[in-house]
Amino acid sequence: MADGRGGTLRAYRALLGAQARSQTAYRTSFAVDLVGNVGATAFDVLTVLVLFGVTRELGGFTLRETLVVVGLSACAFATADLLVGNIERIPQYVRTGLLDAVLVRPLGALPQLLLMDLPLRKVSRAVFGLAVWVTAVASAGIDWTPGRALLVVLAPLAAVVFFGSIFVATATVSFYWVESGQLANSLTYGGRDFTSYPVTVYGGWFRALFAYGLGFAFVSYHPALALLGRADPLGLPAWVGWAAPGVAVVAAALAAAAWRVGIRHYRSTGS
Amino acid sequence: MEGSGVGSLNATVAPFTTSNVIPWFRTFWALAASGFRRYSTYRQATVAGIVTNTVFGFLRCYVLLAVAGAAGTAGGYDRPQLATFVWVGQGLLTVVLLWGWTELADRIRTGDVTADLLRPVHPVTAYLATDLGRAGHAALARLLPPVVVAPFFFDLYLPTRWPTVLLFAGSATAAVVICFACRYLVNATAYWLADVRGPLVLWTLGSGVLCGLYFPLRFLPEWLYQALWIATPFPSLLQTPLDVLVERDPAPVQVALVAVQAGWVVVLLAACRWVQRRAERRLAVQGG
Repeated sequence: MADGRGGTLRAYRALLGAQARSQTAYRTSFAVDLVGNVGATAFDVLTVLVLFGVTRELGGFTLRETLVVVGLSACAFATADLLVGNIERIPQYVRTGLLDAVLVRPLGALPQLLLMDLPLRKVSRAVFGLAVWVTAVASAGIDWTPGRALLVVLAPLAAVVFFGSIFVATATVSFYWVESGQLANSLTYGGRDFTSYPVTVYGGWFRALFAYGLGFAFVSYHPALALLGRADPLGLPAWVGWAAPGVAVVAAALAAAAWRVGIRHYRSTGS
Repeated sequence: MEGSGVGSLNATVAPFTTSNVIPWFRTFWALAASGFRRYSTYRQATVAGIVTNTVFGFLRCYVLLAVAGAAGTAGGYDRPQLATFVWVGQGLLTVVLLWGWTELADRIRTGDVTADLLRPVHPVTAYLATDLGRAGHAALARLLPPVVVAPFFFDLYLPTRWPTVLLFAGSATAAVVICFACRYLVNATAYWLADVRGPLVLWTLGSGVLCGLYFPLRFLPEWLYQALWIATPFPSLLQTPLDVLVERDPAPVQVALVAVQAGWVVVLLAACRWVQRRAERRLAVQGG
């Protein structure tokens, strides 16, 4: 550890390089994966277009306004899924014992797991998500101010951090419950679906839980309101749209704490 | 050595199985029962799956009810019909098992499939029997819970004509067989391709959007959904049983929709057997 930080960075770069080489070794498979990953996000957007084929407004929002919400959610989720999404495979790492090997190396466990399995095929999806976001913002007729120009960049970044935190926090469940299976999906993919529509669509305690209990309203709905200059039909003040980065930081802190507690609790399965 | 498969030129020993009907049914039943037992051992995964289906039930139901909006109808469905469509759809999703079945492709890749070919039951029949057993377990463990939970939070539509219940049972069973046949065909591409991810990705994307899971296909223009219904098996996987259950159409149309499914069952099972026969002629498994 003579050169400390530089050596650590070099080790991470080696992990990432090995991944990139192995994933692109089979060119046809890689190309198919790139196309397939665009498809998933494209269908999410297509679904919204089909729904607006039979209705003129959804929860009080027009197609153009809803597309800002969808674009923000799609762009941020795709990027978070690219960077952190593969942590959802941690039940396999626990079951096969790979996590033990990771823990004995002199590098952080979380960055190792992320870089060992960075799914480069999902790059296409993140790029597509960004294209949807840019198109939606450009066609929404936003009344531009310096503040909104800043929010257009900050909001997706905050949403990426938020979704990343959800990925990590839900993955820690498998330290306690190895067979938790799809459970994490209900918050990760469920969160993506929830944030694809204005929260006025949902009702009752379900909205209260997902939107404000878990904080998903700050991912796309409130930033979109602030960008569009619309008052919240549910009555929250306008500045809430600017709280998104703060909420993301809190979420990241909670996820980091959950990860630390989870790793300390981890007992190898012995396999 | 007749019927044992050893020394036979054909990998599958078909004649032995079709000579007597009663043992055939007994074998089929035993395989189905083993499929049921196998899936009933994954209890924790079942609980986690139910929670996930229920969350998505809430999400999709609220969105479709918002589409119905003030008018109260969308695509010819009223609010209770839309709610039933979503919630039963969430349960049915795991009964037909749209995604996540790569067992056959894995066995072809590793060469384990030779063991299936040596058995005195046709592989398509054996896998179908196991899958029906799995579907039986899913109908109890994965279809019932969301349907029991939903009425506490949403107004659901109950069928008003008694034959609908029978038609739904038939339609759901046909959907399981059609979905199995589609999955079998997608998996069987492993006989020809070294990597089946391409066909799997196409199947996952196509089936999700074209079977009516993301939105009822009746939200599409009429010419488009009718073309999909006739030309592709996808609407028969989920949309048909759900439309039958919520009585979207008068009785004669319900029967016609199930008849289309029956057509797909025959065509696709025949296709599975044909593909299997072609594959066995070229299959070369490395020894070792």
